[in-house]
Amino acid sequence: MTNTVHEPSEQALIQLLTPEGERRSHAEYDSYIQDVDAEMLRGFYRDMALTRRFDQEATALQRQGQLALWVPLRGQEAAQIGSGRATRPSDYIFPTYREHGVALTRNVDFPQMLRIFRGISNGGWDPRENNFHMYTMVLAAQMPHATGYAMGIQRDQAGWDAERLEKDGEAVVAYFGDGSSTEGEVHESMVFAASFNSPVVFFCQNNQWAISVPFHVQSKVPLADRAAGYGFPGIRVDGNDVLAVLAVTRWALERARRGEGPVLIEAVTYRMSAHTTADDPTKYRLDADEEAWVGRDPLARLEKHLRDNDLADELFFKQVAVDGDEMATRVRVEAMAFPDPELAQSFANVYAEAHPLIQEELKWHLEYEAGFADTTEEGAPR
Amino acid sequence: MSTTTMTLAKAITAGLDKVLATNPKSLLIGEDIGRLGGVYRVTDGLIDSYGADRVIDSPLGEAGIIGTSIGMAIRGYSPIAEIQFDGFVFPAFNQITTQLAKMRARSEGRFGAPVVIRIPYGGGIGSIEHHSESPEALFAHTAGLRIMAPSNAHDAYWMIQQAAACQDPVIFFEPKRRYWLKGEVDTENPAADAFKAQVIRPGEDATIVTYGPLVPVALAAAEAAREDGRSVEVIDLRSVSPIDFDTITESVEKTGRLIVTHEAPTFGGIGGEIAARISERAFLSLEAPVIRVGGFHMPYPVAKVEEQYLPDIDKVLEALDRSFAY
Repeated sequence: MTNTVHEPSEQALIQLLTPEGERRSHAEYDSYIQDVDAEMLRGFYRDMALTRRFDQEATALQRQGQLALWVPLRGQEAAQIGSGRATRPSDYIFPTYREHGVALTRNVDFPQMLRIFRGISNGGWDPRENNFHMYTMVLAAQMPHATGYAMGIQRDQAGWDAERLEKDGEAVVAYFGDGSSTEGEVHESMVFAASFNSPVVFFCQNNQWAISVPFHVQSKVPLADRAAGYGFPGIRVDGNDVLAVLAVTRWALERARRGEGPVLIEAVTYRMSAHTTADDPTKYRLDADEEAWVGRDPLARLEKHLRDNDLADELFFKQVAVDGDEMATRVRVEAMAFPDPELAQSFANVYAEAHPLIQEELKWHLEYEAGFADTTEEGAPR
Repeated sequence: MSTTTMTLAKAITAGLDKVLATNPKSLLIGEDIGRLGGVYRVTDGLIDSYGADRVIDSPLGEAGIIGTSIGMAIRGYSPIAEIQFDGFVFPAFNQITTQLAKMRARSEGRFGAPVVIRIPYGGGIGSIEHHSESPEALFAHTAGLRIMAPSNAHDAYWMIQQAAACQDPVIFFEPKRRYWLKGEVDTENPAADAFKAQVIRPGEDATIVTYGPLVPVALAAAEAAREDGRSVEVIDLRSVSPIDFDTITESVEKTGRLIVTHEAPTFGGIGGEIAARISERAFLSLEAPVIRVGGFHMPYPVAKVEEQYLPDIDKVLEALDRSFAY
């Protein structure tokens, strides 16, 4: 039995910015980033740097016992910022649980994101404020939701002409990982999306590792190749190249909004840290692998491009670092100040309509809790 | 008065027609529900009235059917999904229990996913493996879901509409061996609140609680018991989550004896929950332990022996004898 390992092939990837920070031209995708000027590039850098700083702060908070768990994303900033910045505010996004950078592009407030990991909420933020759905902990469960949401969009937009679709058309982005790609719901969501030609972009961040299991155990072929089996385009992009990710995601979203159906994007990237703060990557992967990917760091690449082409000066990078530290301080202060919820509140959100069992159990709970009112915290009578 | 005689299956069809006609955001999705009209023809003809965008013939994939229904509900639609048979709901179990049931809790009450899942369920039709199961306890145990099971045409017509109007997800278990049971449907006067149980036969000496396919069995057993001089009250639960314990308690306080019967295995089933609750609520009224009559702790047996497995009139009468022996 042979085990073919598919190393990311630079040639096979859509790449517009090399690891050395050099701009590469591409006949098809250059047209999708023609509007990207120096200011936008600096904005992308800033997004990625703030995301990395947030990740660093959250990791520290977990190490200090302030969060139950954290899911780091270091290394995946370009895949997330590039794809997130390609969306319109009206597009709806279904993330997994690692899309902190995408959340930034959707104006989700970073401290709110920590409510899940601090044990205060299972949802965290209001998905309808920014069209950024709740994180989903069950792998791939959000995938058919994305397709269903896209089926809803199709019904809402029935009868629209091409001009209106281009102007106001909506689409969905469904994020998933290489590990999730094994789950049946990824398959079913793609079959349904293909069958109904639904406006959904399936965006896989292939970060090479499903906790300790490497990509070649999930798939013998690049994931983008699987799209052909469903009858829609699959595209492999350098996930550490923010420009290329932006271009291909814009292309896919425009196509979906026009009514031409789904696209699968495989963003080839690398998780440079642990799967979660409970994980120990030193037990399953080699330093040499990690070092090879350090050379492809998405932030270093864009920084080099900005510096080499005089698109940003030293003051800019210093300011981004200062802004990052300020943001991190605010995240820490606000996250620590969240009040603990009361269990009694949880009864209210199980059902929309009155449910006698809930009412009965809540009544019992309140009476039970009230029974302690006459004692101090140590249990002695007042 | 607009009372019509129709089968339970056609009553659901008429109820779905009403839902689709009154709520433009409602839609049906499932395998074979469009052109074919469903394997039991419950959705027959609806695609002609409402088109393929509202009566969706889906690809074959239960997690996909429920998962996309959740997505459509998040978008503001009211999907009514069909799972072809009880035993085939399990590929969608994850979507139902980890996603559908918890959407409201996870969103901190901001929104839910008001999806209705129709499942023809139960045995007695001589079918093969996975076509005769009663998985309601598995779903009733999951907070966030509501479970209904109509037993007659009038209830079926109204309860499917009540399920569709409910802002919580509802699993609507249709007693498939009663699909052809005819009954009067009053299309003007709604049935009672779907989440309330109903005393469908009054009695003084014992109470039988049941729902769905076993309602006719319980009624027949009560009638047979009358010949032995026993006056037996029968309660049609109609809703398995929530369970209307008030109606059961009131009945048991009067009769002093309770038999609970359902097709699902007795162990860990709805009957056990009812027995425990009624023991707490009406212990001093009980003349005998609550007795359960259900399926054995085995996979649903092959059709040639299912009659020995399913609760029937004799098993219910035997339970009544045991109850009266105390």
